[in-house]
Amino acid sequence: MINRETGVFKRTYAEDLAIYRTPLPKVAIAVIAVIVFVIVPWQGSEYWLGILNLIGIASLGALGLNILVGYTGQISVGHAAFMSVGAYTAAVILREFPGAHWLVAMLGGGCAAALAGIFFGIPSLRIKGLYLAVSTLAAQLIIEWIINHWSWLSGGAQASIYIAAPTFPWLGEDGLVVRKMESNLHYYYLVYIVLALGILFALNLFRSHLGRAFVAVRDRDVAAEIIGINIFRTKLVAFGIASFYAGVTGVLYTYFYQIANFESFTLLVSIQFLAMCIIGGLGSILGSILGAVFITMLPIVLDFLLRGVGGAVFGWDDAAASAIMPQWNLIMFGGLIMFFLVVEPDGLAKMWRNFTDYFRVWPFPYV
Amino acid sequence: MYYVELMLNGLLVGSLYSIVALGFVLIYKASQVINFAQGEFVMFAGYVIAFWILSLDFHIAVAAVLALVVMVFVGLLVEWAVLRHLIGRPVVAVIMATIGLASFLQGAAQLLFGVETRSVPLPIDDYPVFIGDLLLNRIELVAAVFAGLGFAAVGWFFIKSRYGIALRAIADDQQVSLAMGIDVKTFFGIAWAIAGVVALVGGVFWGNASGVDTQLALIGLKVFPVVILGGLDSIIGAIVAGLIIGLVESLAAGFLDPLVGGGTKDLTPYVLMILVLMFRPYGLFGQKIIERV
Repeated sequence: MINRETGVFKRTYAEDLAIYRTPLPKVAIAVIAVIVFVIVPWQGSEYWLGILNLIGIASLGALGLNILVGYTGQISVGHAAFMSVGAYTAAVILREFPGAHWLVAMLGGGCAAALAGIFFGIPSLRIKGLYLAVSTLAAQLIIEWIINHWSWLSGGAQASIYIAAPTFPWLGEDGLVVRKMESNLHYYYLVYIVLALGILFALNLFRSHLGRAFVAVRDRDVAAEIIGINIFRTKLVAFGIASFYAGVTGVLYTYFYQIANFESFTLLVSIQFLAMCIIGGLGSILGSILGAVFITMLPIVLDFLLRGVGGAVFGWDDAAASAIMPQWNLIMFGGLIMFFLVVEPDGLAKMWRNFTDYFRVWPFPYV
Repeated sequence: MYYVELMLNGLLVGSLYSIVALGFVLIYKASQVINFAQGEFVMFAGYVIAFWILSLDFHIAVAAVLALVVMVFVGLLVEWAVLRHLIGRPVVAVIMATIGLASFLQGAAQLLFGVETRSVPLPIDDYPVFIGDLLLNRIELVAAVFAGLGFAAVGWFFIKSRYGIALRAIADDQQVSLAMGIDVKTFFGIAWAIAGVVALVGGVFWGNASGVDTQLALIGLKVFPVVILGGLDSIIGAIVAGLIIGLVESLAAGFLDPLVGGGTKDLTPYVLMILVLMFRPYGLFGQKIIERV
């Protein structure tokens, strides 16, 4: 049962495309599923579940961006803007149609974001690389401007829309009732079920014709065109899928905070999501998640370090530590991006692969 | 009269956009690096010169020279520590590195010099200048003069000096330049150092007008419409497009704001940029080497 691959023995395309190439990952996935859906919610405190929720939401967004940047090779500096399209669409649906189910609003948000993504992806048909980066930057700034200035859409001067908490059916002592999500535990299940679906879709996407077309466009667009891939359509579909993920991410943020607010979707957030992809590893699903964990945990770890180590070594009190916290956060954020780009361009996913490769052949140096 | 004033003021502001865009174009021309941190360079320069003048009480001329030295050093350091290692890597890596640099500079500047907003004091009184009936901002006028001097200096440097010729050679063909004995890496460093220096002009005058804090870095976002409109690798383009963007912004604020209720000043440059990207992606003066797929 616990056997590992010793070489490439695939004889059919079906074997080559399989998600589980050896039996071991099946066990590993089952164990991870039990940990994520049973043990963590059972043991985790409200505080940590809150952080895990943020990590889960960020993972979904990073995964979407990685499909676009890492797998299709199209740069986008406007990911957060597409999140805001999703967030505000869902909030407006819930505001205008109070009876609408939150799932409908979530799908609506995702679809609206996908349409926005396809629209702003149109320049990618003519331009690429740095020009595309600049045009998605314009998308970010224009969408931000619209949300801030069209108050009939985005709810007043603060550009924020409050929404009611999502509900879920619950079989309790009084029979089947509809409960509101109120604790981080409830949101935990919402976020991680959506994330699991997102990961499953992405895994299967890259087994399909379309996913492989994405990779072909990234690696050599001219060759991709020659073997019969419609580049225009492929790029736009990539923008659409990535933006759909972004939209759902934005909706999840909105449900989690119970408010749609443009401040959660600024240019800085777009950059954070790009950083997740870079630090986690471009073109890697595992990398998107590792990057999201890393970037979300960075301020928390930094806060701990500044208070703990700064207090012990330099004698800072809490006020002094929190005063310099934002600056150190910026420095570490920027510094780590540059560090990873220079030292390990393939990110945390590659580091993890090096680590597992070492143990796979251990005690031998190589297979 | 009002419109002439709007236009003139737009042009004056545009000259400052041009000088910030110039730093950007220099780096792109030499090393094909899109510098998302140009605004942070301007901000950092503003912080440095405000520090020399306000905290150490130096005369403005001394402070300017010292700030110039610091900015040259910062430019060289950035190239040596980060960008040099990314030569030949995908565009996304290089762009992301400069975004990281931007964040790093913001944090470092606040940590070194403090978070509170300060203004760079200039020995220019803020009483406006009247030319006939036209009312012009005196500081903007001086800024435009200095921006002009900056262009002249960079123009002379590129056309006449040995280093400028080498930089142009690198922009034209890196491999041939290497074969001709030009130390390409050193010249990348020089390009970054010059970008640091031209950022100083922006830092001084913008830091005087709107105060030095991290908001000053937002000027970096205004650079993109300018360089896309002018053409990424064209110095002339940076100048002309900077003036055009300044003009468009000012006219939009004058004409459109009363119609739609404000804020069009921040939007129009980007709308213009999208249009340029769709119809003439290499800009007004850029080389037409953009790849279409």
